[in-house]
Amino acid sequence: MTTHYLVLSALLFAIGAIGVLTRRNAIVVFMCVELMLNACNLAFVTFARQHGNLDGQLIAFFVMVVAAAEVVIGLAIIVMIFRTRRSASVDDASLLKY
Amino acid sequence: MNGTTITAPTIEYALLSPMLIVFGAAIIGVLVEAFAPRYLRKSIQMPLTLLALLGAFVTTVLAASNGLPTTAAAMGAVAVDGPSLFIWGIILILAFISALLINDDEQFVAQAAAVPGSVDEEEAVRSGFAQTEVYPLLLFAVGGMLLFPASNDLLVMFVALEVMSLPLYLLCGLARRRRLLSQEASVKYFLLGAFSSAFFLYGMALLYGYAGSVDLKAISAALGSVSGQDTLLFVGVAMLAVGLLFKIGAAPFQAWKPDVYQGAPTAVTALMASTVLVAAFGALLRVFWVALGNLDWDWRPLMWGVAILTMIVGAVLAITQTDIKRMLAYSSIAHAGFLLTGVIATGTAEQNSSALSAILFYLAAYGFTTVGAFAVVTMVRDAGGEAGHLSRWAGLGKRAPVLAGIFAFFLLAFAGIPLTSGFFGKYAVFTAAVGGGALPLVVVGVVSSAIAAFFYVRVIVLMFFNEPAADGPTIAAPSVGTSAVVALAAAATVVLGVFPQPVLTLADQAASALFIR
Repeated sequence: MTTHYLVLSALLFAIGAIGVLTRRNAIVVFMCVELMLNACNLAFVTFARQHGNLDGQLIAFFVMVVAAAEVVIGLAIIVMIFRTRRSASVDDASLLKY
Repeated sequence: MNGTTITAPTIEYALLSPMLIVFGAAIIGVLVEAFAPRYLRKSIQMPLTLLALLGAFVTTVLAASNGLPTTAAAMGAVAVDGPSLFIWGIILILAFISALLINDDEQFVAQAAAVPGSVDEEEAVRSGFAQTEVYPLLLFAVGGMLLFPASNDLLVMFVALEVMSLPLYLLCGLARRRRLLSQEASVKYFLLGAFSSAFFLYGMALLYGYAGSVDLKAISAALGSVSGQDTLLFVGVAMLAVGLLFKIGAAPFQAWKPDVYQGAPTAVTALMASTVLVAAFGALLRVFWVALGNLDWDWRPLMWGVAILTMIVGAVLAITQTDIKRMLAYSSIAHAGFLLTGVIATGTAEQNSSALSAILFYLAAYGFTTVGAFAVVTMVRDAGGEAGHLSRWAGLGKRAPVLAGIFAFFLLAFAGIPLTSGFFGKYAVFTAAVGGGALPLVVVGVVSSAIAAFFYVRVIVLMFFNEPAADGPTIAAPSVGTSAVVALAAAATVVLGVFPQPVLTLADQAASALFIR
């Protein structure tokens, strides 16, 4: 029965990963990363159910806290570059290359 | 629930004290930011940071002198063993040196929230503001670096990875000059770093599904007992490897390194280039040798490919660079490749410990040289800040012979010329790799070292045999801190090159018992 949840988690992870690679707005890219983290959480909780131990559920809480910390740092950085460039597009920021 | 008693976990505070000191000082630093008046902050933060790093180093040495523990501390979550203690020692010394460099004025933005070129920024510069949050951020990053290679289960490792990375993302965006580059480096590093840690996490989830635990020892035990779940195992290992290889900057996950190294304030680049590499290699070794040691026939071919690609990409792309910091970044990628040849050299316990000791020595040698090289970069300046473009370095040997001589010496150490620390590091790693049966890899390593030597020598020729430009860069009169950093790094490079035996012996001792399981 848990297989469906794992498939869903893999799909969410793939959607997130494809989003990171194709979307151009830094905020959306960042949301896709968060989607990937939540896909991980779903996998952890499912495996916890499958193995009958609580480790996975515990890890999900840690991941949520880490993701929250990441949001704080990430939004600070994205807002900083948006205020400078008036754009949050990852294509615009291209001074560093080659 | 009645009748069951909850037993308190045992925590070995003495063994963990280096980390506790660093994190404690970081929290005090945050409180200082909140409560101390602005004019006092720097004079509180700077001694606090240096004392914390020094104190942590002293407790690391004390812990090491009490004999190596044989079980993991904190209920099996943190493994304070020989390699961990050696790595902690290196990280703390390198962080101390980098902190001296960070302490130099004029590196960090006056007010990060002020838009570049705006009235706000002018005002902040005029009032002499300084972003003293740099110090607690540095300490948090260093704390994460200490935990990362010592973590004995994947959850602790993930949290340590984030604690190490998040402050670095911010530090990258705080350069005083060329702020657009710095902010761009910060965004790139953050998005790619978060992307790679999501891969690490999903790999960890799959390994948890495979083994029913994230403990490295339990994963290693599950390799022998669980059957029919190979998909989970192999996909999990691959994704975990993506996260770890990203942090060391191995190809094909190296794209962030040149951009971030170029854009970040040079003092932060010095910190990242030295300590993060040390910490990440510690973690990579622990995952692949402790948890996946019995799977080495499966991951070794993959690592072969990654190591070859990393060495070649690093060495070849470095040739085309025109910016000194970018060139050093590609050189760092090539060095990560050389170090990976040591990771592959597994075999008998004896081979493993000689490979481990070689890697530890290499990391120490490379770390010092890198900090020194970036410290020199901070001193060569023109009107717009540091003179990054290589053409600006032409004829530096005539204007500032001592500085150019020291920089040339660092470059020779990167190239691995005998009588520098780089030679013994490379020699030890390649010997271990040959012992582990990776001769073709060593051939690639030697060839890419030769390619790398070309662009190091090219910079030396540029500095000493070209005429200086009329409007060439000025050499900033170094502060006491910066000169101390250059002197220390140069001394370490000489000592480790001429008289490496004490450190080699120390690395041997640290590596003799391998990682505790």
